[in-house]
Order: sequence, then structure tokens, then C-alpha cells
Amino acid sequence: MSLKQTPLHDAHVAAGAKMVDFGGWHMPIHYGSQIEEHHAVRRDAGMFDVSHMTVVDLRGPRVAEFLRYLLANNVDRLQESGKALYTCMLNEQGGVIDDLIVYHMHGNWYRMVVNSATREKDLAWIREHAAPFGVEVEEGGELAMLAVQGPNARARVHEVLQLDEGVRDMAPFFAREVGDMFIARTGYTGEDGYELIVPADEVADLWRKLLDAGVRPCGLGARDTLRLEAGMNLYGADMDESVTPLESGLAWTVAWEPETRDFIGRAALEKQKAAGVTRKLVGLVLEERGVLRNHLKVFVDGLEAGEITSGSFSPSLGRAIAFARVGSEAGEHCTVEVRGKQLPARIVRPPFVRNGKPCV
Amino acid sequence: MSDIPGDLYYTRTHEWVRPEEDGTFTVGITHHAQELLGDLVFVELPEVGAEMGAGDDCAVVESVKAASDVYCPVAGEVVAVNEALADEPEIINRDAFGDGWIFRLRPEDRGSVEDLLGPEAYAELIAEEEH
Repeated sequence: MSLKQTPLHDAHVAAGAKMVDFGGWHMPIHYGSQIEEHHAVRRDAGMFDVSHMTVVDLRGPRVAEFLRYLLANNVDRLQESGKALYTCMLNEQGGVIDDLIVYHMHGNWYRMVVNSATREKDLAWIREHAAPFGVEVEEGGELAMLAVQGPNARARVHEVLQLDEGVRDMAPFFAREVGDMFIARTGYTGEDGYELIVPADEVADLWRKLLDAGVRPCGLGARDTLRLEAGMNLYGADMDESVTPLESGLAWTVAWEPETRDFIGRAALEKQKAAGVTRKLVGLVLEERGVLRNHLKVFVDGLEAGEITSGSFSPSLGRAIAFARVGSEAGEHCTVEVRGKQLPARIVRPPFVRNGKPCV
Repeated sequence: MSDIPGDLYYTRTHEWVRPEEDGTFTVGITHHAQELLGDLVFVELPEVGAEMGAGDDCAVVESVKAASDVYCPVAGEVVAVNEALADEPEIINRDAFGDGWIFRLRPEDRGSVEDLLGPEAYAELIAEEEH
């Protein structure tokens, strides 16, 4: 099977990208140095092609009622047009089908951006449950998505795009439509910036203009270390259908109030909460030199307590960091087994870095 | 070929060996290997005095992306390690064949180096891998 390509494929190759198979897509992992790309986003501005992600538009008179039932967070929080919400979509057992951002476009139109690896099952699940509500589910067509992130990212975008003041001053976690472009002040790096959805045939031009304005192309490698430092979960690594948001550091995304709102998975979550949640997702900072990797075992007081779900080297902190799912009783210290040795690590509450500053 | 010095010996697992005048062998990983790994962030060095067999895993180089074992090209005793890599593993990215050396070995048999690949054979190996 040949790999899918985004409309920016040739631009990546021209920029010297090392291309890899990323869930069936031919995507740039880096353009020479993953660490320099990481620093560019923390200190200046970088851009990521995230066109592999899926846009789903939902429309209909009962769309808000449907989303109140479909999602664990409550779209009633999106009273204003353009407001965005991060949420999990759960199955009946409370397991996480996907995490996503839902935007209230206006009136009876909502837009969701979901992960590419879960596209088929997400769409099937959404369509199945949308039908009784008469909600129309439409997959985004010939679109491309670009994330421009970093302390100077918005200023660079403002140089390149003619945006009126209302858009330039839009608050974090808001989005606007500007002509045929969708511009959201959201991201996956812990820095300020935009996520832009544009017609596929316009993205190469936008990419070149941003490049000329000094925005550095960044690969999915840097995207991963940035999101990990920022304390943001990765679907498929940090959570999946076998765990609930309560075991995944995502309890804050579950809207319990009002009690009368029934959503898929609610009964299972309430039961788990009443019985006591036995596991939690925590942050780890390795005290010594080394690198933490996915699936390494974590020990508390010499006993196996869980495993790392996402581990890497933090370019901003200069040491290894990770998320780990461990028993709820774990305190402030643990060890991680690396090649037969127990290395001490500190248990912390993510994020590790926010807006360029260490916070652990 | 510019990335494969003509005066070194190579392994199929991308280590290089330089026979020194004092009878020891200096060992590192190739430029090609560091390119595959990307930015290095950690090197686990062998212990000075350790006895290694040919093919033993004797060091670990880790990039942001992955950890990779370094295999001892020939049997011998580790007589020196490159301590500078502890603080600056990225030296290997900058200068894999020079300042980025990893350890120095006193070989059991100085002739054992002849069992390794020469520069042409190593260049062919890389060319094959890239297909």
C-alpha cells in the first residue's frame, strides 16, 4: 500500500525533510535537527504540517444536544461562536475512543478535529450516534492543516496574512473563519500560536510565505517532545479504549455538572469514581543522565507500580521526562528500570514546560 | 565517499576502528550511524578495564528518537573512554570519526582488524541498505 501524501509533501522534501511512514502517511520526522526545531518553537516560531488530521463538520438543529451526549466534556461551555473545547469521546465502558478539539462555529454548526490514526473508527462511531439526532456528519474535503507555534508565531502569521483586528486579537482557544480559511488560536506545543485550515491548493503558497517570514519547518519528532513537555497526552500512547480519562490525567476534561446530562461513558466513570480510581497518569523527571522510553517499568518502594506511556528527552530541560501510568498511591519518588538498572526519578504534575519556562 | 575515511576499518553494525601507533584501537560509530539516529542526547560508556568479546554490546548511544547498542568490533580490554561525551553527546553528531570517538581498546589480537570491512565494502553496505 502506498503512503498517503499531504499537499505539502514536495515542500517537505525540498526543505530537506527526513520522511517516515507515520500511520500510513508520508510525513517529515525532522528537517535535519529535531532538537533545533524544538528550540525554534520554544524561542521563536515553527510550523508543522498536520494535514493528516481529520476535520469533521456537524450540522443540524439538534447538534448541540447530540454533542452533549457524545462527548465527555460539555459543549454548553461553547456559548460564543468560535470557542473551542478539548474533550474525550468515550465508549460505554468509559474507555477513550479518541481525544479531540470541538469548535462551535456558529448556530447549528460545530467542527471537530480528530486524530488521523483513529479516523475510520471515529467517523463510524460519530455517524452511528448522530443518526438518531438527525445530525449531518461531513468529513472535511480538500483541506490542509498547518500549525504555526511559538512566542513569535502569531506576529509572523500577521505579517503574511491580512487579518482584521478582531482576528488578530482573538483570545486563546478561539477560532474564526476568514474567507475560505479557518484560523484557531490553539496548538499542541504549550506555546502561543495558530492552527490554520486552508484549501489544499492554497497551502503550498502559505507555507512558502511563512518560510520567507522566518518560520522554521518542524517535523513530527519535535511536535512529540513539545507536546510531552507541555503535558499534553498522545492518543494511542497515553490513553486508548482500555483506560478512562480518570486514569489518564484527563479528569479535568470530564464535565460532571449538570448531573442531568447523560453522556456516553458517564455511568462507567461514575462507578469507577465511586469505587476509587486505582491508577493515575503522572509526570516523571529522571534524576540522572539517560533517556526514558515508552513501556519502561516504573517501581515505587521496590515494587512494580506501572509503566511509562510516553518517554523522551526534554530538550528544554536537558533531561529525560515521561508520562507514566502508576498506582494511585505513588508519592513523589520512583525508579525506572533502564537496561536492568533502577534509575531514580521524581514524580511531578505535568506540564514540564509552559510558554518557554520550566515548571517542574 | 567523503563521509567514509579511507584509513579506518568498519563493521556491519556501523562502528569504526582506527588502529593507533601504540597498539590500541580507537572505536566510534560512523557518520552514517549518527545520521540515522539523529540528535544524540545520551551515551552510556563502557567501564575502563572491562574485557569485551567481539560483538559484545559495550556502549549505548541514545538520540531523542531511539536507543542503539554499540558492539565491540574485536575482542580486547577497554583502556580509555571519551568522558567528554557524558556532557556533550552531540560531539558524535558533529565529528563522528574524530572528537566523537567512544572508547579505546587493547585488542587481544592486532590482526583481528583485518576481519572487518574496508572503506569500499562499508560504502557498498550503506548503498545496499538505502535500497
